[in-house]
Amino acid sequence: MDEAQITDAVFRVSGLTRVYRTGAVEVQALRGVDLALAEGELVVLLGASGSGKSTLLNILGGLDRPTGGRVFFRETELTRASDRALTAFRRDHVGFVFQFYNLVPSLTARENVALVTEIARRPMRPEEALDRVGLGARMDHFPAELSGGEQQRVAIARAIAKRPDVLLCDEPTGALDSATGVQVLEALTAVNEDLGTATVMVTHNAAIQKIAHRVVRMGDGQIKADARNETRLEPREVSW
Amino acid sequence: MRALDRKMLRDLRRVWAQALAIAAVLACGILMMVGMSMTRATLSGTQAAYYDRARFADVFAGLTRAPAALVAEAQALDGVAQAEGRIGFQAVLDLAGQGAPASARIVSLPASGAVLNLPVLRRGRLPDPLQPDEVAINESFGEANGLLPGASFHAVLNGRLRELTVTGWVLSPEFVYTIAPGAMMPDDRRYGVVWMGQAAAEAAMDMGGAVNEIALRLTRGADERAVIAALDRLTAPYGGTGAHGRDRQMSHAFLDGELTQLSVMATTIPPIFLLVAAFLVNMVLGRLIKSERTQIGLLKAIGYGSAEIGWHYLKLALLIGTTGAGLGVVAGQWIGTGLIAQYQQYFRFPVYLRDPAAGTMLLAGGLGLATAALGGLQAVRASVRLPPAEAMSPPAPPAFSRGWLDRAVSALRVRQTSMMILRSILRWPGRAAITLFGVMTSVALLVASYFMIDSVQIMADTLFTQSNRQQVTLVLSRAQPERAVLDALSLPGVRQAEGAFAMPARLVHGHRERLTAVSAHAEGEALARLLDDSGRAVPLPAEGLVLPERLAAALQVAVGDRLRLEMLAAPRAVLELPVARIIAQGMGQEAHIAADALFAAMGVAPQVNRIHLLADPEALPALTLAIKTLPAVAGLTDWHEVRRQFDATLQANMVTMLTMQTLIGLMTAVGVVYNAARIQVSERSHELASLRVLGFTRWEVGFVLVGEIMLLTLLAIPLGWLLGYGLAAGLVGAMSSDLMSIPFVVTRRTYALAALAVFAASLGAVLLVRRRLDRVDLAMALKARD
Ligand SMILES: Nc1ncnc2c1ncn2[C@@H]1O[C@H](COP(=O)(O)OP(=O)(O)OP(=O)(O)O)[C@@H](O)[C@H]1O
Ligand SMILES: [Mg+2]
Repeated sequence: MDEAQITDAVFRVSGLTRVYRTGAVEVQALRGVDLALAEGELVVLLGASGSGKSTLLNILGGLDRPTGGRVFFRETELTRASDRALTAFRRDHVGFVFQFYNLVPSLTARENVALVTEIARRPMRPEEALDRVGLGARMDHFPAELSGGEQQRVAIARAIAKRPDVLLCDEPTGALDSATGVQVLEALTAVNEDLGTATVMVTHNAAIQKIAHRVVRMGDGQIKADARNETRLEPREVSW
Repeated sequence: MRALDRKMLRDLRRVWAQALAIAAVLACGILMMVGMSMTRATLSGTQAAYYDRARFADVFAGLTRAPAALVAEAQALDGVAQAEGRIGFQAVLDLAGQGAPASARIVSLPASGAVLNLPVLRRGRLPDPLQPDEVAINESFGEANGLLPGASFHAVLNGRLRELTVTGWVLSPEFVYTIAPGAMMPDDRRYGVVWMGQAAAEAAMDMGGAVNEIALRLTRGADERAVIAALDRLTAPYGGTGAHGRDRQMSHAFLDGELTQLSVMATTIPPIFLLVAAFLVNMVLGRLIKSERTQIGLLKAIGYGSAEIGWHYLKLALLIGTTGAGLGVVAGQWIGTGLIAQYQQYFRFPVYLRDPAAGTMLLAGGLGLATAALGGLQAVRASVRLPPAEAMSPPAPPAFSRGWLDRAVSALRVRQTSMMILRSILRWPGRAAITLFGVMTSVALLVASYFMIDSVQIMADTLFTQSNRQQVTLVLSRAQPERAVLDALSLPGVRQAEGAFAMPARLVHGHRERLTAVSAHAEGEALARLLDDSGRAVPLPAEGLVLPERLAAALQVAVGDRLRLEMLAAPRAVLELPVARIIAQGMGQEAHIAADALFAAMGVAPQVNRIHLLADPEALPALTLAIKTLPAVAGLTDWHEVRRQFDATLQANMVTMLTMQTLIGLMTAVGVVYNAARIQVSERSHELASLRVLGFTRWEVGFVLVGEIMLLTLLAIPLGWLLGYGLAAGLVGAMSSDLMSIPFVVTRRTYALAALAVFAASLGAVLLVRRRLDRVDLAMALKARD
């Protein structure tokens, strides 16, 4: 992917800061982050624990608001959006995948996906989304009846079912073993390639960076490095 | 169905028992509201229609004897629409196959047909005016004694034994509720109403061309007080005993008292249940929302708006509300139908006009929903306010802190499990407060239900065992010299006889006046003593009146004030008397005075108009037989029989009533305890499972749960006693009327029973939940994040 294509960015972030205040204690989670993400790009966000990865991802996804700086999603400035507008932004444009899957335990796999398709603008059918992650056969199982990897794939199906513009994944393989993790990564790269969904994947796991177009490294609330992968690996070629 | 709704239904399935417990608490409030209102609406609607159709009089006056022409004069009074005169008197009846005599109120039917208080024929026909021995009787008396048309019985009319033939059964707006003067409960076997042709009554009572009762129907907007005053002036020369409105008409007053009672019950008790239900919805929904923090965060992350999420949880509350309201309305209809059926035994109307009180039903249903919504709203607001990112991180472990209270408790060196109980109460004071409140209201509701039995029992005891040691009281047809008592001693089996003198009277103090009775007590009386609420015999002062508190308050007199006493029957003395003493006597309505003081003030020789008798039990049949034909005796009360009847009636109604009230009263305790315990278990299963892993026994772990609830229950009981006392006092105040007062005494037994029942219910509910601890999978409980 060359530089010309990056000019039409999905996200543009400048001077982003985020301070957490709990009582008298102040934590500087982000200390001035500048970043642009291109359409269709698959970015891996690496960094030590506490470096601010989740914080950045939450702000990009409209789950949290920064203390300072600006965030644009295409032409819309998220930092000036109302709560209602942020809800609409999440509903229409963002898919989330979390480390602990966060499925609704009282709903089956299909129903968990339907939760999203019922409110999305041009969703795929829940069955199709589940087929994409290879779970067509387990649609009527409750989360408690699925393995961790299967639960995470349901979460991915749920995230992609609305055909989001961006997919934000916070340590999607964090709770999984290597083999299961690979299945999840395959599902994610397939979505990125087939649907052209810009994807940001937070991970601790350096081995995973090889599958990305681009690797952003964070440390102490700042971006320490930002590099493109000249050669990418297929998910099944990595292991940890 | 939408996935979110499916989630709600599955959530509901997880907490169905809790939801049902809340719905049941709510339903209790609604059912009382609906049941009581429906009964009230039916009774009062029926009453109004019946009064109107049967032209129930507005004003009633009794007098000794007046020419029939006086009725026309009364008719001409300002504000009078119709007037009717008749003859009415008490008589002793002799019914075949019944040992003890019955008594009856005999009233004449105007020759030209009644224009007021129209009798409604239920069976047979009205008596033929030309047949002096034909009579109609009230339906319930006919039923109770099997006196079908054509049957006959004996009556002592003006000292002459007569045989009367029943031609029919009737109902009358004057006798919807039929109760013998001085009795506590209706006794249809021994007291009835007999309608007799005017000519026959005149002949029987030597009252040719005369009347001794006048009833008036007023024009719309007439001033009742003015009419009463005018009628009093009109009847005074003829021995008028004081006219009065419907408020002092026996049947009407009882019916009205019952209506008031129903209204009071329908409005005071249900709010308590609604309040508890609202708290419970809040508690359970709050817990649910807390346990679903991450799910809420997720919903927000994937684009659900706050309103959608709030509505999702509110729907759960509304579902509970709908269930509770629905159950309540249905059960209320059922209870109302049962109550109405019970009233039909006592209040005789030609037809009952069922009024489902649709307005109240709607209101109650709405209130049920509103209660649940209100309870849910606060919890739901918390879910809406949760910022999405924060919802994604697991909740911080509850911050236990060591406050001063905590340190004080530590100083007690209790066991660690006891410490857990105390910490938990301090950590979740809101939940502890709701538990406390629910248990407290249960105790209070039971106290307020059970005290009614205390009251009735005290009424009965004062009436039957303490003040009235006599077995039989003879009511004389007119006042007689004291030696009549000696004559009574010669009746068969009589061991002791005691004369008494009682008389209807008007007490006047300034512009305040009360129609009541004055009762004279001879020195050394042993049978019918004057007792106060504590059961002590009150010595009568050498001069002046003794008044019960309520009467004194109504007249606004204090000891030392002077009252005017106007006797309303011959010799119609008017006396100025000081108030010598005011006594606590819950049931008391009458004024009392020492016989010597009364007759000295009247300037006459001592007289008696009733005689109390103590007789050998074996001789009672002979005694009653002798009395039946004694001309001087106008009526008789067999106290044993009255008591027997009283107890039977009480038992028949009390057992169902009490079971019902106990079940309903316990509902709030069960509702809060069950829910609080369930929440504890779900919230602390991790902690409690850890204890098991550490080697604590099931019982020791259960103690943490059961101990906390039972500790709160014990704390709530005395508070419930206090609240119950207040509630009972409020009910007594609201239900007491001029004619009826309920003695206000709450016995220790009531307190103890209420506490015991609630304690047992709490324990049962918490033990039911404790069993869930046994089912907790230790390994799972430790792994689970929430
Ligand atoms: N809600 C919060 N309140 C206070 N401090 C917070 C909060 N969330 C994050 N922090 C702090 O902000 C900093 C950055 O946190 P963040 O979760 O973004 O790190 P991370 O890079 O995702 O770490 P990890 O790899 O462990 O998930 C950390 O020091 C963390 O302690
Ligand atoms: Mg993180």
